Amino acid sequence: MFFNKGKNSFVAGCAAMLLVSACSVDPKIVPVLPANDIREVIPDGWPQPVYRFERNPLGEKGFILGRELFYDPLLSKDNTISCGSCHQQFVAFAHADHDVSHGILGRLGTRNAPALFNLTWHPSFMHDGGVNHIENQPLAPVENPLEMDEKIGNVINKLQASAKYRRLFNDAFGSEEVTYQRFAQAFAQFMGMLYSYNSKYDIVMRKEGTASFSDEEQRGYNLFRAKCATCHKEPLFSDFSYHNNGLPVKPSVNDSGRAHITLNPADLYKFKTPSLRNIALTKPYMHDGRFETLEQCLNHYNGGVTNPVNLDPQLQGGIPLSAQDKQDLIAFLKTLTDYKLLFDKKFADPNGQ
Amino acid sequence: MKKAILFLSVLSIAGFVSCKKDNKDPEPSNPTSPAPTPTTGNLTVQFTNMVDAQPLVFNTGYKIMGGDSFKVTKLNYYITNIRITKTDNSVYSETNSYHLVEHSNPSSTSITLPNVPNGSYKSISFTLGVDSALNVSGAQQGDLSPTKGMFWSWNSGYIMFKLEGSSPASGASSKGLLYHVGGFSGANKTQREFAFNFGATTANVNGTSTTPKVKVSTNVTELFRNPNTINFSVLHTVHMPGADAKKLADNYADMFTFDSVVN
Repeated sequence: MFFNKGKNSFVAGCAAMLLVSACSVDPKIVPVLPANDIREVIPDGWPQPVYRFERNPLGEKGFILGRELFYDPLLSKDNTISCGSCHQQFVAFAHADHDVSHGILGRLGTRNAPALFNLTWHPSFMHDGGVNHIENQPLAPVENPLEMDEKIGNVINKLQASAKYRRLFNDAFGSEEVTYQRFAQAFAQFMGMLYSYNSKYDIVMRKEGTASFSDEEQRGYNLFRAKCATCHKEPLFSDFSYHNNGLPVKPSVNDSGRAHITLNPADLYKFKTPSLRNIALTKPYMHDGRFETLEQCLNHYNGGVTNPVNLDPQLQGGIPLSAQDKQDLIAFLKTLTDYKLLFDKKFADPNGQ
Repeated sequence: MKKAILFLSVLSIAGFVSCKKDNKDPEPSNPTSPAPTPTTGNLTVQFTNMVDAQPLVFNTGYKIMGGDSFKVTKLNYYITNIRITKTDNSVYSETNSYHLVEHSNPSSTSITLPNVPNGSYKSISFTLGVDSALNVSGAQQGDLSPTKGMFWSWNSGYIMFKLEGSSPASGASSKGLLYHVGGFSGANKTQREFAFNFGATTANVNGTSTTPKVKVSTNVTELFRNPNTINFSVLHTVHMPGADAKKLADNYADMFTFDSVVN
């Protein structure tokens, strides 16, 4: 070759600098994350996730792009509402104190914005399971006329027209081209990292340090295991299946639930089991946000189960609970709050306060 | 050191070039030896959208169904998994064979298969619709991107066939007709397979000198009849998988006819 070893490394170094300077982009954007912070996590004893990032390699740049998209109102028709508007970190990415979803121009949906965490384990999304893949989930709120009311093609065009996003797409995918697939995969990288496995419950189960349940929490856990865990299956606290839990049908909405997707009468009034993780924060409750408190939820199971059509067999006659039982169960449910999820800065709006 | 400077300059140019979008190597040129005979060529499948014997024109009134008239304002459908068979029975399957035919976009009605091995082809088969796996595998690209308006955001899955229009006979208050046909699995799946022999002729792929064209007609009127007669006053709006979508799919199962091969 042209040079001896020493010269070669010198030349290589200069060449690298030239390459960097020739390709350099505006460095002002976004804080750097620890490189090992964006990675797949499967806590001990948990099942394999449904979504494994096989064809969507996880990386800091993809995550950062996904986060930017999650918090950008550009996704809505009039650029007023972002995903983060209705999925707030401080309440585990549910919508604090809102019974049904709020869209552009003050429009109201019919269902409660669910909390977001541990999404890579979900085989389906939405209360009726209508979305079958995490990558295609963002389409639903974007194109719902009562939510963002935007066409995905317009979103892609708006992103392509933005110098900031051309740069972020280039960072994440190696070129400035904005495609739906890249958009969706960056989104999945952010959403998939919203792990929740560090509640008191988890720490007790992992026997970390001296952590233990109080007597009240332990009684609540025993009750939970006996009476709730079939549907709210540990460790994800959902079986990800569909059930009618006996809520009286609201005539004004008459939400058919899972049957909306399948048109199968046997699915009428069934909704996907929500996880109970972070439940103390995610009020109001149920698919339509009809209950304000955990007490009301337990009172429903105790004596409010009424809708008999496709009622889950486990709920025939409700779940008898004494006042003490309810108090103990609520104490246990509060151990499912994961403060790491709530306060992890890497999940926060990078342009927010 | 001169060499080093030269090398650096070349590298920096290479570095600069590598940042450009289209970084294609220049075509190799060897003027002294004759060009090798290509062993593959192109073959085009051309779809002509019809209303019975008349070419489909948007916003034009057509009469069918014993007097009901209708207009079409939108027609899109997926043609996938195109395979062609030689006279020696060897089969060429297009890779990534997913094509959206949009009547509003004439170039989309001609699908050109590249790198087809030379030979005489006697038949073609394809699917109307997107196979089940791609309905459950997350975000796709190209013609399968949801930006094409052929994917249900609230009920994951592709719209295999979409016809929109109007009819005075429509039972909808808008007098609209809206047929979004999809459903990728189970009893109500809406993909349909088609296969046609070219008869006495063959489509001859012979290097790149000519591109044989296989002409297929799409008769949209078939959507409304055989085996299910569609009464516009009753079935005017279909926008999800289910029994109604399946009815329409059973009807479009004879929508295509082979016309001719032009070599």
